Amino acid sequence: MTNHENNFDPKTPKEELQAFHQIHNDLDQSITEKNKVVGWINDRLPIITTIENTLKRHPYPKNLSYWWNFGSIAGICLVIQILSGLFLAMHYVPNTKHAFDSVEHIMRDVNYGWLIRYIHAVGASMFFVALYAHMVRSLYYGSYKAPREVLWWVGIIIFLLTMATAFMGYVLPWGQMSFWGATVITNLFSAIPVVGESIVQWLWGGYSVDNPTLNRFFVLHFLMPFLIVGIVLVHLMALHTTGSNNPAGVPMKSKKDSIPFHPYFTIKDMVGFAVFFIIFGYFLFFYPNALGHPDNYIPANPLVTPAHIVPEWYFLPFYAILRAVPDKLGGVLMMFGAIILLFFLPYLDKSKVRSGAYRPLFKKFFYVFVINFVFLGWLGKSPAEGWYIWASRISTMYYYAYFLLILPILPRFEKTLPVPESIDEHYKKTHK
Amino acid sequence: MKKYLLILLLFLPNLAKASDAIMQDHLQNAKETKAIHPKKMKWEFDGFFGRFDKASIQRGYQVYKEVCSACHSLKLMSYRNLQDIGFSENEVKQIASEYLVQDGPNDDGDMFDRPALPSDKFVGPYANEQSARSANGGAYPPDLSLIVKARHDGANYVYSLLNGYKDAPEGFEMAEGKNYNIYFEGRQISMPSPINDDGQVDYKDGTIATKEQMIMDAVNFLQYASEPETEHRKKMGVRTMVFLGVLLLLLVLAKKAIWKNVK
Repeated sequence: MTNHENNFDPKTPKEELQAFHQIHNDLDQSITEKNKVVGWINDRLPIITTIENTLKRHPYPKNLSYWWNFGSIAGICLVIQILSGLFLAMHYVPNTKHAFDSVEHIMRDVNYGWLIRYIHAVGASMFFVALYAHMVRSLYYGSYKAPREVLWWVGIIIFLLTMATAFMGYVLPWGQMSFWGATVITNLFSAIPVVGESIVQWLWGGYSVDNPTLNRFFVLHFLMPFLIVGIVLVHLMALHTTGSNNPAGVPMKSKKDSIPFHPYFTIKDMVGFAVFFIIFGYFLFFYPNALGHPDNYIPANPLVTPAHIVPEWYFLPFYAILRAVPDKLGGVLMMFGAIILLFFLPYLDKSKVRSGAYRPLFKKFFYVFVINFVFLGWLGKSPAEGWYIWASRISTMYYYAYFLLILPILPRFEKTLPVPESIDEHYKKTHK
Repeated sequence: MKKYLLILLLFLPNLAKASDAIMQDHLQNAKETKAIHPKKMKWEFDGFFGRFDKASIQRGYQVYKEVCSACHSLKLMSYRNLQDIGFSENEVKQIASEYLVQDGPNDDGDMFDRPALPSDKFVGPYANEQSARSANGGAYPPDLSLIVKARHDGANYVYSLLNGYKDAPEGFEMAEGKNYNIYFEGRQISMPSPINDDGQVDYKDGTIATKEQMIMDAVNFLQYASEPETEHRKKMGVRTMVFLGVLLLLLVLAKKAIWKNVK
């Protein structure tokens, strides 16, 4: 027991950080007895200390719910993608003449090739399930608010890089959707005034999506996951500096509020992994193609345009925003803007209360936001005609209004509920 | 609530009738060109415990060989794959040797034809797309290796399509050399109905070759060709699920034990 435990009450983000570091230092100072060799290494490269810090001394709020599982799930998805991708790359041929057949060679002739490829294809979808859940968690519990702005920004960069990587990966099998998806998306850059056309040709490495495009997409698709790993480490560094947010949205005040990662969250993460892998396995083993488009089993043909060009499901909401705007450049700006907007979120949400659980009005708008986002996805899948277009426009407006109008203005009207005195109190209330 | 349910129940038979009427109208409407949804069939390979019906797949291969392969290639399959569906090594060698493949160059620098080996890919009916088009009035019969995976609701679609040839409703504007098929988008398909009469194929295993039987067998074969790993995958899936279920149970118990003392 230290004396600040009862009288230190962090009010500002800065004080929250101070409290966090204080608790960190208060936690078990004893470092495990090491044998001579390990000790010698640790004195020169404190790798053991780092691991011990992360697992044993780093304080986590003890009231974290299962919504806090998705970060580690997204992490394991990244590992799965890199490993399965590595083995695919050993057999895949990035050439327009051979790409499609080399994928089928993997599916039919490589030992367990079908398993590796389906893990990679379904794994991409699962990665996005985890990312979206992770982001929805942050949006609801206000995890983006001070002092976690940088943590949030790094997260958005990971999201953007993952989208770029997934898009290029979908091009590699060189099916009809690969080719036409690549054509549509790269063509978006032609909307940029003056230099648009030149940029598109530069991206293609020619005058249409062709062999140079496929080849560079393969190289970039191989490279970018390693960049993502690097940025994930930065994400973790930021996380370990500010500490985790929690369902109560109040800062940790004392040791009583906290718990070490190991064994408490190691085991909780394992439970999350098991549930996640059951969902993963359901698709992987029984419906491996349910999340893809059948047209991608038709070899790419630049002379035949598919009736409907649709991107993968995880891009659909943004695709709907793109198509909602009658002007090409406007559509492109609105689509990218929908993600860029997230960077400003820490300053748009003016509420002093962090967790959505204590904001009755916010909650309603938030649920509408989530439903609206799913609806946008459905619209992105539907043909751009008739009432769909108007629905997309209204939905797009709500998406923007949520960030630009509702979040900034809401705190003026909202009567928030009293937040828990401490994390300890919240934990006791919710775990009787 | 009960009242609404009752009303709904009373209306249900009428709804069915109404949808029948709509369907009839749909079929006779000469302006309608939208494809109708494929029929839902029961397949051996469906579901968590889906298995290959090897006898049917073998018969389906015979249908492919004697009917489909006149126009459609199957270039992702090798003759050796036929062993997976129950043909013996010798039978496969025999089947392969019926086809000629170009090999070479030999020591004199010449290309030569030789009988196919089990390791060769299925020999297609045409040398290239151009000759396929010229033989089929400009239409290109697609390769069937992935046809079931390359169409929405693939197996049901192929089944329905093969059964979907009808006389065009009066007044339907038909292009030259096209055939009316309600399951095909646009309802005009270049392929004439390939399976028409009972006994079109003389099954080696003695099964009576009704039209329905031949179509079922052909779909079973094409499904195999598209996803030869199906059976292996599903078996592995069931085992994995059982494993993960037990693991989850143990982990939940462990989690409870570890968190028990957190107050």
